[in-house]
Amino acid sequence: MNIAALVQRDLRLAYRRRGELATPVIFFIIVTALFPLAVGSEPALLRRLAPGVIWVAALLASLIGQDSLFKSDYEDGSLEQTLLSPAPLEGLVLLRVFTHWLVTGLPLVILAVLLALMLGYPTGAMGVLVLGLLLGTPVLSFLGAIGASLTVGLRRSGMLLPILVLPLTVPVLIFGAAAGERAALGEPAAAPVYFLAAMLVLAVTLAPFAIAGGLRISLES
Amino acid sequence: MSGQATTPLTLSACGVAVWRGDRCLCRDLSFELHAGEALHVQGSNGAGKTSLIRVLAGLGRCDVGEVLWQGESLRRSGATYRAAIGYLGHSNGVKLGLSPRENLAAAGALRHAPASADIDSTLAQMNLYAYADMPCGVLSMGQRRRAALARLLLARVPLWFLDEPLASLDIAGAGLLNEMLNRHLSTGGLAVFATHQPLQLTSSSVQTLTLDRPT
Repeated sequence: MNIAALVQRDLRLAYRRRGELATPVIFFIIVTALFPLAVGSEPALLRRLAPGVIWVAALLASLIGQDSLFKSDYEDGSLEQTLLSPAPLEGLVLLRVFTHWLVTGLPLVILAVLLALMLGYPTGAMGVLVLGLLLGTPVLSFLGAIGASLTVGLRRSGMLLPILVLPLTVPVLIFGAAAGERAALGEPAAAPVYFLAAMLVLAVTLAPFAIAGGLRISLES
Repeated sequence: MSGQATTPLTLSACGVAVWRGDRCLCRDLSFELHAGEALHVQGSNGAGKTSLIRVLAGLGRCDVGEVLWQGESLRRSGATYRAAIGYLGHSNGVKLGLSPRENLAAAGALRHAPASADIDSTLAQMNLYAYADMPCGVLSMGQRRRAALARLLLARVPLWFLDEPLASLDIAGAGLLNEMLNRHLSTGGLAVFATHQPLQLTSSSVQTLTLDRPT
């Protein structure tokens, strides 16, 4: 198993269909932009809502990209070849989710800085918000991948995936938004950030087993 | 094939039943396949050829009976078994966004990486060399199939599973497949294949397994 070559393959494939990768990013921008239109453009209100809005929008946007995680590999038979590789499947899915986060999750984190500024989020607290997103969005990717592994064999899995995964993402949302909110108020935000870090450690160590199991079940039938 | 010849290679099945959903397609299948032998799985559409091959390759679940590789159950031999098999199913396992060369390199990353000279010579052998750097999406179905066959050749594994390998191959492609299968068997490889068209195999030891639709 050649880790660099596998990552290179995924990044190359992502680059060749970069148009698709723009969808979650644009969705993220639109959802965030809808809030000032709906709740009014009062700066104090928007500043208060900013972390929550950013997190909900990032959560929904990251789910959009999840459906495609294993779909094309399933359809063209690459997934079968992956399962038949002598390399441990858990390691392969870990790599896959990581590269998928690099091309779908990381752009959201970077863009979140701009959108938070747009909502009037204090620049002094930006570091904590970004740190929270950097720790939290990979967890969302892993949770989404568990759902994607279970629904990959279904023909119309579009809406099933969010329904399966969204309830599981609640803790990430709570601690992520809490970290951003506390930082904005000038309170210590270490506790929610540590919780996010703990969730990331759990996700990295446990989710690959669930994802690999889901893929095996999906390919058995 | 090369380097594997020290221990005699054997794939055997005893009392295997193949299920699709809650329907039993066939039961009590037993065979024993040794180095240099091929198993031709026959049966009408829907008889369970693909399901059987998936079970033998370890993709499908085997609840009843046992598949043994070197006398060891697949349940235990896991990674050792996967290192010894190559599988060509209905889908080619070829990424359309990547060129044949990139596809072979990516497939190599899942196993031992082939040398680039090996990739070149295999592509030439499959008559794909002129298309080596074009995305597979613009190649024909037959050319994609050839890229999948090239992957099988490059993996250098002793046991091949071929499910309808002739699908979308032209006459020359079928000839190539015939030739590579004969060479594989004559160098001590094993193969399990399902096809409706006859293959001209020089090996005398081709077993036939006919799946009957249960009545």
